[in-house]
Amino acid sequence: MYVEKSKVESVQKISDNIFLIKVLSPSIASLAKPGQFCNIKVSENSFPLLRRPFSICDVEDDYLFFLFDIHGEGTKLISEKKPGESLELLGPLGNGFDYKDGYDTAVIVAGGLGVAPFPFLLKNLPTNKKVISLLGGRSNKNIVMQGLKNVLIATDDGSEGFHGTVVDLLKREIKNISQNKFRIFACGPNPMLKALQNYCVENNYDCQISVECAMACGFGICQGCPIDPTNGGTYLLVCKDGPVFEAKSVKL
Amino acid sequence: MVDLSINIAGLRLKNPVLLASGTVGYGNEIAEFTDLNKLGGIVTKSLSLKPRKGNPPPRITETPSGMLNAIGLANVGVESFLNDKIPFLKKLNTTLICNIAASSIEEYVECTRILTLEESIHAFEINVSCPNVNEGGLEFGNDLNAVGRITDRVKNATNKTIFIKLSPNVSRISDFAKVVKENGGDGVSAINTLVGTAFDIYSRKPKIKNITGGLSGPAIKPIALAKVLEIKRNVDIPIIGIGGIMDWKDAAEMMIVGASAFQIGTVNFINPNAGVEIVEGLKTYCEQNSIQNISELTGSYQI
Repeated sequence: MYVEKSKVESVQKISDNIFLIKVLSPSIASLAKPGQFCNIKVSENSFPLLRRPFSICDVEDDYLFFLFDIHGEGTKLISEKKPGESLELLGPLGNGFDYKDGYDTAVIVAGGLGVAPFPFLLKNLPTNKKVISLLGGRSNKNIVMQGLKNVLIATDDGSEGFHGTVVDLLKREIKNISQNKFRIFACGPNPMLKALQNYCVENNYDCQISVECAMACGFGICQGCPIDPTNGGTYLLVCKDGPVFEAKSVKL
Repeated sequence: MVDLSINIAGLRLKNPVLLASGTVGYGNEIAEFTDLNKLGGIVTKSLSLKPRKGNPPPRITETPSGMLNAIGLANVGVESFLNDKIPFLKKLNTTLICNIAASSIEEYVECTRILTLEESIHAFEINVSCPNVNEGGLEFGNDLNAVGRITDRVKNATNKTIFIKLSPNVSRISDFAKVVKENGGDGVSAINTLVGTAFDIYSRKPKIKNITGGLSGPAIKPIALAKVLEIKRNVDIPIIGIGGIMDWKDAAEMMIVGASAFQIGTVNFINPNAGVEIVEGLKTYCEQNSIQNISELTGSYQI
């Protein structure tokens, strides 16, 4: 883990409200694993005060990529960064996906910007794995296909692909998918993860979820991001024990 | 050569920089980012006799120049602390202060008695001011008699230095410092967090599950400075200043209004190396201002 002053290379507008930022951060890039995140200080003063956690979207040589939408002052400030300006990154943080073996087909299930950690995961999957990507969003404006392959789309308003939720799309496709030994890798808003978790636990499907939570430090000292384990023990921390969990292991 | 070491209530610290309780756990996580051996000391996360799970999420939210937290004293308990956390902490070359939070006077005494046997613990900070738990916490921190009784009982259970961590959520904090002194306490830590809240205007729900939380960060620095000054001007007792310190300038200001040492808290979440940077910043400040011993700063205000 490092605190690294990183130089902004580019900020690419992907759609109305969605951006992809590329930053030079060699130390963190050399350690990063799929599913990990960075906690980013977006300004040099105390507005905003706290860092903001972002999934590592992709890594290319010494560069890191983060995918984000503007939903507050912090993300707005990042979207306005110019090439050459700096951002202070703390990372890589948390535990990533367990993707090396134990399955044949990787099933990506992403809701909206939940697609963020998957380009880097797909890049690192062993070459013998098949991939199917299921993406959901409120409408086709919320769908980002960034770096994914073999994509099926679900939209709540039916503006593109399957008319319904991404979990319903998974249910429709499960017959095909389950012909191989599969593992689901999922990320998205909590209601989506909850629906997916119920479905996977009911059917005993192998599923890993990346969970989002407000946090201050990102590495375990503030205790701000607790999550209840299903085994009834003491709270786990999303930052340190996650953000990726076995779907059956935590209460959402 | 500047002497950064200080004596506070019989305790010698290599410098006045302490990491505040509840902002560095038990030291191991932050050690990935900073050299704890360079700091004056660490105040560990509040301990209770038995483990506490803490409050359900959401526990924190950001506010203008600050944050609210309601962690609820989540901690591993005294036994696990001694077995699992002390081995790491005792290897550090820094002063170890254990913070204790309890829900009864007997529990404060029992925790102190057990932890006193551990040689590597140099002092205790008794938390009578946590705003986020139902029992203990502010119930004690708002009551002069209770603070006096706790100070007296805890002091009698140990030969180590006792600091009482005071609440700013009272009308006159110096009255509490006076009671601590009268009952044999060695010093006070001031201030704990201020009770605050934040609501989402669309859902109209509180942003943290506990509804209220403790406000910390730069937003509370002026209040912390005023409280420390109030104690300094009214009671002759060593003060550890706490509240909104982000850098060496804030730290110097805290010492000038009366603190012998100080703790940094919220800044650790943002810059885990802040403590070491503050030590270096203060050293330069002393050199440039012909201050030979940093303790000259304490209470050096010109009013």
